[in-house]
Amino acid sequence: MATYLEINKKQVNEEKWEEPFYINMGPQHPSTHGVLRLFLELEGETIINCTPIIGYLHRGVEKLGETLNYNQAIVLSDRLDYIASAANNTAFALAFEKLMGLEVPRRAKLLRTIVCEMARICNHLLWLATHALDIGAMTVFLYCFRDREWLLNIYEKICGARLTHSYVRVGGVRQDFTQEIIDELYKFTEEFPPRIYDYEILIDVNRIWLKRTKGIAVVPPEDAINLGLTGPCLRGSGIAYDVRKFRPYDAYGEVDFVVPTGKNGDTYDRYRVRMEELRQSNSIIRQCLDKLPETQGEPVLAENAPDLLMPEKVKEPKPQPVPKKGVIFRGVEKPIVPVGEAFASIESPKGELAVYVVSDGSNKPWRLRIRTPSFVHISAIPYMAKNHMVADLIAIIGTLDIVLGDSDR
Amino acid sequence: MEELLNELKEKFSSVIVEIQEKDYPTLICKRTGFLDLIKYLKDEKGFKYLIDLCGVDYLNYKQKKFEERFEVVYHLYNLDTKILIRLKVRIPEDDCWHYSVTPLFMTANYFERECYDMFGISFKGHPDLRRILMPDDWEGHPLRKDYPVYLEEEQEWKTYKEFTQKVKK
Repeated sequence: MATYLEINKKQVNEEKWEEPFYINMGPQHPSTHGVLRLFLELEGETIINCTPIIGYLHRGVEKLGETLNYNQAIVLSDRLDYIASAANNTAFALAFEKLMGLEVPRRAKLLRTIVCEMARICNHLLWLATHALDIGAMTVFLYCFRDREWLLNIYEKICGARLTHSYVRVGGVRQDFTQEIIDELYKFTEEFPPRIYDYEILIDVNRIWLKRTKGIAVVPPEDAINLGLTGPCLRGSGIAYDVRKFRPYDAYGEVDFVVPTGKNGDTYDRYRVRMEELRQSNSIIRQCLDKLPETQGEPVLAENAPDLLMPEKVKEPKPQPVPKKGVIFRGVEKPIVPVGEAFASIESPKGELAVYVVSDGSNKPWRLRIRTPSFVHISAIPYMAKNHMVADLIAIIGTLDIVLGDSDR
Repeated sequence: MEELLNELKEKFSSVIVEIQEKDYPTLICKRTGFLDLIKYLKDEKGFKYLIDLCGVDYLNYKQKKFEERFEVVYHLYNLDTKILIRLKVRIPEDDCWHYSVTPLFMTANYFERECYDMFGISFKGHPDLRRILMPDDWEGHPLRKDYPVYLEEEQEWKTYKEFTQKVKK
């Protein structure tokens, strides 16, 4: 990098380059995947300093969570990382179940694992599409969206929603899979692995792709842990930390899968890790589908799961005066939540998503803390972007796989 | 696990007030000497990964058994032995500050900024303590329990008001 600058300085009159050049990237820049604003200090085309400015999408999910009851808070989680909302639902549900001491039926665990892994495939496909598009490979984008569309259609059959599906509930899942969905998923898991190979040959032999990803944003393993990187970003640096293996939740304890790791910790290795994860996720879905017939007919919601606050049944409906501020639902509130705290974390497609709940015994959480991977990953941008070109910054934002709804909450 | 807790209790008897067995072992610590404890945990015991750092406001909490208003909660993880521990530091309202762990963990940088933004706890030794999610000229700390969920018209953000008036003209 230094040599490039020296050449540049010789070519242009040196006095003009004494002051660093400041540039504002975002919040409407297309490659920042949302409303991320980066304040750059440049010397030539090299980044000396980079300051991320976030908060443009802050909706106060943590504060809102304190005003809603536990079942309603699940709906908020959809809006965090809207690309993989099933994973967010699961994190919330796991924390609340831990707090309430609920035991989830095995069938519900298997179904959760399937939707979580579908979310991972969706997320990685979208990531590959946009990352490749940012770097300049247009074709991959179209192919990835074709497969993602298939999965979204399956989601629509499962719960009626394509992006924000509050399918995972406290104590289980909303409803069972029909045979049609299972057949469709079997078809998907058979046809998907050859397609991953197709994507790889589209970009793996592409010289531009290799030049723009190899050796870019190298993070050594010690620094990766210290920066708090998780998920594929940490595994790209060669550390096989995966919450699914280290603290198994749902049905991950009973399925076989490999945690892929990289060697060099550069952008290319992180890409390889994600491609391998696609195959592993596909195999996990297949294994869970094979196990589903063993639990045929079991309930998918725990017996003592908290009911939604539903209106009491009125035998003779009478015209009632409509309250001015919103509709008030009256129902039976059971004191089911003990006083205490719980911490649960899952391996969301982007990294480790942790939820910490403090309860005071009422039906609303006292404090709902969400540790999102994107928030931490954005804090790593200044470290990774140092002494890189402005064009490489696009690759760095892409490789970290950030969603601003996830980071700003 | 128990060995570690006993060792910590002996070595840092002046820092650790109480050890609670919850879903994860919870150490309640004093503010003075906390940095030594977390440094020992990181360098000697291998707790190199700070999963989370957050604040909790216990104003008017019914089951509260302590005087201080705030708590700062740390979740530390050891990647080799797979042990997760939780550290808690209680912070009084009239003396609202804590030591920063950013020199030890780079992750803590944004977490502490968020904690300052949301609860008004300032961290001594933090390189760049500014608001992170709320605008720089925001008044109040939103996640405190005495901060309303819905703001009255007079309390609204001034810059936004000025902006809307400008647009109307």
